[in-house]
Amino acid sequence: MDFRDTPEEAAFRDEVRTWLAANLTSEFAPLTHGRGVDRDEHWDLAVRWERKLGEAGWIGLSWPREYGGRGASFAEQVIFSTEYARADAPVRIGFFGEGLLGPTLVAYGTEDQKRRFLPPILSATELWCQGYSEPNAGSDLASVQTRGVLDGDEWVINGQKVWTTFAHHADWCFVVTRTDPAAPAHAGISYLLVPMDQPGVTVRPLRQPTGTSEFNEVFFDDARTPADMVVGEVNGGWKVAMATLGFERGTAFLGQQISFERELWQLVEVARKLGVADDPLVRQRLAQAYAGVKIMGYSGMRMVTALAGPGARGVPGEIGVVGPEASIGKLYWSTWHRNLGELAMDILGPAGQVYSGDGYQLDELQRTFLFSRAETIYAGSSEIQKNIIGERVLGLPREPR
Amino acid sequence: MNFAFSEEQEELRRSVRRFLEGKSPIPEVRRLMETTDGYDEAVWAQMGKELGLQSLHVPEAYGGQGYSFVELVVVLEEMGRALLCAPYYASVCLAANAIMNAGTEEEKQALLPGIASGDTIATLAFTEPNGRWDASGITMEAVPGPDGSGGYTLSGTKMFVLDGHTAGLVVVAARRGGSEGTDGISFFAVDGGAEGLTRTPLPTMDQTRKQAKLEFSGVSAKLLGPDPENTEGTGWAALSKTLDQAAVCLCAEMVGGAQRVLDMSVEYAKVRIQFGRPIGSFQAIKHKCADMLLEVESAKSAAYYAGWAAAEDNDELPVVASLAKAYCSDAYFHAAAENIQIHGGIGFTWEHDAHLYFKRAKSSEILLGDATYHRELLAQRIGI
Repeated sequence: MDFRDTPEEAAFRDEVRTWLAANLTSEFAPLTHGRGVDRDEHWDLAVRWERKLGEAGWIGLSWPREYGGRGASFAEQVIFSTEYARADAPVRIGFFGEGLLGPTLVAYGTEDQKRRFLPPILSATELWCQGYSEPNAGSDLASVQTRGVLDGDEWVINGQKVWTTFAHHADWCFVVTRTDPAAPAHAGISYLLVPMDQPGVTVRPLRQPTGTSEFNEVFFDDARTPADMVVGEVNGGWKVAMATLGFERGTAFLGQQISFERELWQLVEVARKLGVADDPLVRQRLAQAYAGVKIMGYSGMRMVTALAGPGARGVPGEIGVVGPEASIGKLYWSTWHRNLGELAMDILGPAGQVYSGDGYQLDELQRTFLFSRAETIYAGSSEIQKNIIGERVLGLPREPR
Repeated sequence: MNFAFSEEQEELRRSVRRFLEGKSPIPEVRRLMETTDGYDEAVWAQMGKELGLQSLHVPEAYGGQGYSFVELVVVLEEMGRALLCAPYYASVCLAANAIMNAGTEEEKQALLPGIASGDTIATLAFTEPNGRWDASGITMEAVPGPDGSGGYTLSGTKMFVLDGHTAGLVVVAARRGGSEGTDGISFFAVDGGAEGLTRTPLPTMDQTRKQAKLEFSGVSAKLLGPDPENTEGTGWAALSKTLDQAAVCLCAEMVGGAQRVLDMSVEYAKVRIQFGRPIGSFQAIKHKCADMLLEVESAKSAAYYAGWAAAEDNDELPVVASLAKAYCSDAYFHAAAENIQIHGGIGFTWEHDAHLYFKRAKSSEILLGDATYHRELLAQRIGI
């Protein structure tokens, strides 16, 4: 047990810090503090930043070297996300490609698919979105109705996806598609890669309670993709889709803890300004939030050690499929952040109910209060996480279905 | 960065677990909790002589093995899991640390080897009838002897003293006459059988951890460390550090108990059939268990990290000690309470073990200050 960097880790940390200090120039200021992704006018800037990361080799850090990654250890991944968050660097618009599809292709893709899709993810020249949820398939993802039918050498896709982040900017979408309606729900699903720029694909932004539109509806009307754009077996896509979710719930939140702690200290500052930092109840809740966010960090380090350690599932330089334990992390951070948003509104009082500026442009704490309601839903709702924890970590019997 | 126990530490865990399964199974816990002394002398001696548990983190120069708080955390976790009835926490986690923090070289040489071997049972008499855990709770005054020999006399009452009636050595926190707050506090060593000391066992709701009332009437006491007249305020620093270290130790004990009640709940939820199926298949029960796991795992993260900070003796210790004490107290109590709820009627019987853990969780939550107390302390320590 030792939380200090080894000499190699310290050198790596130094490399990350130096690069960020030199490259995160004032040009990118509009993208910091979690801003930017919800405003279309900043998209080009975000793309520029993402490509800069790609050129410097920071995308695909965890990917194996043979696929153009850096084969970084888990510890290095943690160091990178920690320093990235500490520098308040922009939100990663390439997340769906780098964090989700890339690892999924490394695990389940054909050699052709890896050669075709991994390099443009690494250079951020192709961006991805995730076609999972549908109006009638949220938590019960296996009930997806979007149909995929093989027509000669092409799949023809019809149906609707929702909650599709960045779909209005993405070049490709990985789509969970029903390809055998006669088979049992989990057995008739394929994982298709579909180009977004085609007449059969329509994207409609969903306006969220924040007033902004990160999420979209995507309509497929006879959309097409080549027959070999299926990851894993035809009708064997459920396993692939679940592996992707493992990545989503797993390592994605590692750097987030730093941003969360920064947000908490911002709230402490607000409490001081409003003269409520000496209120015993406010102090209790701030201290509780502090304990919560520090423990989030400690647990993250424990998980990383478990993944990286001897006898663990993960091997440095290989992208390990994260186990069901990752659900604990997802449930933990989303609940913590939601509570922080509620605490912020309680501390702000009436001042938190008004904002300045044009349109419906809320400040950061107001956005946290609202946006955190999505965080306990996306990537598997808290209730689904508890089912996973109960059934797959604790081994409790499944609900009869 | 490495957040895991070493193979050697895991081996220590296995051997302590094996030992406690043999020597402190629940029937034995139930037997000892009904006794006044609350421990088995033979098992205590074996812990000291054969396993060397009392000497674990005491430096080799004082008869110990020189391991760190990380090893101590491992051992305490197992003791909490087994609900061990013994004066281990009082002797090793309170008294030994107090002596190490406050004593002179000579005093450490004199007092620690006995604690390390298990021959001496020691405790820390700190709290008083006011039940406060901060410096202001200490009202007992130390009166210097008339002959200038360095001796003192103590009068007054210490309450809720862990194993105070069985300890052969009582380390007492008292203050210089007329001093206030954190100023003027020192530790004193008092013989358990000293003249003028009346020790009364207190009947405790949690019978697995014994407490006593200690009434001092002009009891001779020996000052530990430098004379307070010359080193004002240093006694509180040592006491505060002792309490932080003790909080970390208690957190380790609590996560051991919390994991055990979670295991009990999950095992029962798998086999208890109602409405034709295991109750663990109902989300109402399944989600309770998932919440418990999240909290138990989080409590472990906090306790282990705090153990490392204590081992390193770094600046983080005060913050993480209060952070961990606040979180682990809530987590253990919540898990122990849910364990009764999940067991239903059978869980609310004397014969079932759920209430033993529930009571231990509550007494541990209160000991050294509850979660509310430590959250306030945490707020102060991080500068809010």
